[in-house]
Amino acid sequence: MTPEWAQRRAVVDEILQRYPERRSAIMPLLHLAQESRGYVAREDIEAIAEILAMTPAQVESVASFYALYVRRPRGRHTLTVCSNLACVLGGARSLVEHLRQRLGVEPGETTDDGLFTLQVTGECLAACDQAPVLQVDGYYVHRASPDKVDRLLEALRRGVPMAELADRAALPHEAEGGAQGGARPETPAGPGKGARADGWRL
Amino acid sequence: MAGAFEPILTAGIGRMALERIEVYESQGGYEALRKAVRQMTPQAVQKEVTDSNLRGRGGAGFPTGRKWSFLPDDGRPRYLVCNADESEPGTFKDRLLLERNPHLVIEGIMLAGYAIGAARAFVYLRGEFRQAYEVLQRALAEARRRSYVGDRVLGSDFSLEIVVHRGAGAYICGEETGLLSSLQGGRGEPRLKPPFPATAGLYGQPTVVNNVETLACVPSIVSRGARWFASIGSPKSPGPKIFSVSGRVRRPGNYELPLGTPLREILFEHAGGLEPGRRIKAVQPGGGSSAILTEAHLDVAMDFDSVAQAGSMLGSAGVIVLDDRDCIVEAAQVLAEFYAHESCGQCTPCREGLHWAARVLRRIVAGGGRPEDIEVLQSLPSRIAGRTICPLADAGVGFLSSSLKYFVDEYRAHVTLGRCVREAYVA
Ligand SMILES: Cc1cc2nc3c(=O)[nH]c(=O)nc-3n(C[C@H](O)[C@H](O)[C@H](O)COP(=O)(O)O)c2cc1C
Ligand code: SF4
Ligand code: FES
Repeated sequence: MTPEWAQRRAVVDEILQRYPERRSAIMPLLHLAQESRGYVAREDIEAIAEILAMTPAQVESVASFYALYVRRPRGRHTLTVCSNLACVLGGARSLVEHLRQRLGVEPGETTDDGLFTLQVTGECLAACDQAPVLQVDGYYVHRASPDKVDRLLEALRRGVPMAELADRAALPHEAEGGAQGGARPETPAGPGKGARADGWRL
Repeated sequence: MAGAFEPILTAGIGRMALERIEVYESQGGYEALRKAVRQMTPQAVQKEVTDSNLRGRGGAGFPTGRKWSFLPDDGRPRYLVCNADESEPGTFKDRLLLERNPHLVIEGIMLAGYAIGAARAFVYLRGEFRQAYEVLQRALAEARRRSYVGDRVLGSDFSLEIVVHRGAGAYICGEETGLLSSLQGGRGEPRLKPPFPATAGLYGQPTVVNNVETLACVPSIVSRGARWFASIGSPKSPGPKIFSVSGRVRRPGNYELPLGTPLREILFEHAGGLEPGRRIKAVQPGGGSSAILTEAHLDVAMDFDSVAQAGSMLGSAGVIVLDDRDCIVEAAQVLAEFYAHESCGQCTPCREGLHWAARVLRRIVAGGGRPEDIEVLQSLPSRIAGRTICPLADAGVGFLSSSLKYFVDEYRAHVTLGRCVREAYVA
């Protein structure tokens, strides 16, 4: 066991006691590894195998099933563009094209300065009313116009953390202009309908 | 009818910070749980849910009370799993509830856990839902502090812990047996049913898997009664439903309405209709897996039975709208690529068939379609149907086969011309 994993003893024990059977802890342990290192390394696989009394090959097999566990370092920020149907209708393809040009990389690649990894996913990100959508480090960017994306990249280059840009503290709880017959919980997205909860502000 | 309907699941969202426990409580939150553990037996809670006619909101519309009643009474530990893996294309209602009304979901889980006598409850949360994870963890910590979750809930004999388990990017983990395999620490591969999770679920023990929105219906059923719930919307599938509307409408978004609301009303009165001069070409009423409907079907009542009668399914009620500028072949390709990618690979018809469909569609869209491609695509669904472990394979050709039914000429023209006949492409 590496010193890193030895130090995590308490966290690991807390994860283990959530489950009636040890093996269920494999996904939270893989998440833990990835969050601290940015990816899942071979030594993480070995440590998790030891904790769960499995073989490293078994752990590899589980990890490889899931798209979110990555096995190589990525850029500081990961941009994931949704390319399922509603987003394609909303312009996802030109969004990918714009990002390819701005970043000078193909989907799956990382910029030379190590700042950005561009990804395109077929999985709908469950924000289809905000198409086209991307996630940056897990935070949503709604209605991602070229202009908005440029401002976002610029802010990230200046070192503003995505958590701050996402402005999650300011989830829109304020009353909305224009009643929607009570049926519609979200702010209207159409033009002229005022500020909407679009995930980040600059 | 719609005028009289007051939102139940989404009431207050957008106006108040319901994710804060004192705000939720100020709206009557956790009163149903208090009532249940103080005044009702678990059997009484279960009976109320059965009598309400609540049907599962995860896709299949199975009666919830009946599902709970299948658990064998043999002394083994029972588990409850809240399916929060929401990944059906076009569906974004569970995320809304989790991020903006998390205590409603927690209260629903506690009530369901009380009714079935669960030893532990798990929330299988989609890995991409970072914000929902953070909101849910904070809400759970608050709920534990106030004795709504954990040991001896509100001083009663009832104890239940809720564990949030994060997924990691696999659509198939939304399917309940794939989900359970994933939660047990394996690859998220589905298995044949029977046995159903009710008898052999998590760790082989009796298990109930319910969708987020299904569980979110339970508190109001307990507090306001089965009869009240059963009187909302269609008699055979009553209650409130969140419709996620996306695509070519002017106000895409989540709309909570009674089940059975006509599709036309959802699209034109609530979602703002189409852009001027546009016509509806195709609508998927139940997410990316559902067969398309056309303009001719706009009067269909959006409930489980009526949509099935119209030749599609209500599914997750993710309503995706295409208008007359959109290319049907390209839309089919986008969805086919997704399902091909998400096949877990255990069944040959799914693994090979979906990739084949995607490849042929890609070829047609790129201008290299061959006349025989149409027949190949037409024959595909029957070669997949009923030959796989889980329904993903059928879901993967839902759009394709239904669009071939209504738009085969457009597919043919695409092959002949080597390009789309529409004025503009999908993108
Ligand atoms: C391919 C596939 C994907 C599914 N994805 C989900 C999902 O993301 N969320 C969900 O609640 N149910 C999903 N389901 C349905 C579940 O298998 C299960 O029926 C549901 O969670 C039961 O809950 P309910 O009775 O409350 O609807 C999916 C089913 C299939 C076949
Ligand atoms: S039908 Fe497809 S997704 Fe379902 S078990 Fe078979 S291969 Fe896996
Ligand atoms: S299609 Fe992109 S978020 Fe649903």
